[in-house]
Amino acid sequence: MGDHFIPDVTEIRNPKSEIRNHDEPMLELILFYVFATVAVVSALLVITRHNVVHSAAFLGATLFAVAGIFLTLHAEFLAGVQVIVYVGGILVLFVFVIMLIAVDRSTHERQFNRQWTIALITAGILIAELVYGLTQGKESFILPAPIPSAAGIPGNSEQVGTALYTMYLLPFEIASILLLVAIVGAVVLSKKRTPAE
Amino acid sequence: MVTTYHYLLLSAALFTIGVIGVLTRRNIMIILMSIELMMNAVNINLIAFSDRLQQVTGQVFAIFVITVAAAEAAVGLGIVIAMFKNKETMNINEIDLMKW
Repeated sequence: MGDHFIPDVTEIRNPKSEIRNHDEPMLELILFYVFATVAVVSALLVITRHNVVHSAAFLGATLFAVAGIFLTLHAEFLAGVQVIVYVGGILVLFVFVIMLIAVDRSTHERQFNRQWTIALITAGILIAELVYGLTQGKESFILPAPIPSAAGIPGNSEQVGTALYTMYLLPFEIASILLLVAIVGAVVLSKKRTPAE
Repeated sequence: MVTTYHYLLLSAALFTIGVIGVLTRRNIMIILMSIELMMNAVNINLIAFSDRLQQVTGQVFAIFVITVAAAEAAVGLGIVIAMFKNKETMNINEIDLMKW
């Protein structure tokens, strides 16, 4: 195992080496813009469509695009979790509830609040704040790209698992209690009341 | 090259879209979907910094955010179903039982 890894490690330590651009910067840029465009456009469609089912479908597109963004950030485990939990769990839950309740009536109603002007002004203030903060701190946000992991560093799932089960064990257990409470709460909220009550 | 700044801009855009959805829509299902959008925006931020600073903590935090999102969706949709049984509506303007 030893021999052919040694030249790799020395190349990584050399900052001028080409291996820093291991990720093909052009391809990375194209992938980022494709995923970001899909995410933002489908997010806009989520909040503008009249039919709730269409909104749910576009939410699925956004979630898949965000999973792609996670992949460009070398978070393979999180990308998998995003697809399995968000698209496979939460979105399916949304679609189930949409099937249970009548969609037809709400499709033909007025879709936006009466106070939408105030809402847009508030959102405009939020946008201004975000843009101000981001432009003011632009230099400090541009961090150098990480050096591709050397041969000895474990993969992403392994790193996340180790951190989750050692350093963050207590929050992990508390999260499981939170899920239990949520399950019980959802059952209690949506179960049918018997006449005896 | 894609910098952290790009990811922050994308995250800010998604978060703002979520806020606009919550504030302007009347359909409670779409409001819940907008909340999911905002949580996704937060996750992008966490993972972008996790990647650039080579700290796995951000990803662990993102897992907890996803857990909370799942719990929130379960309870929120339970409330939607209970509300629909009582009032036959998904319109938040008609759900004003606790309005003083």
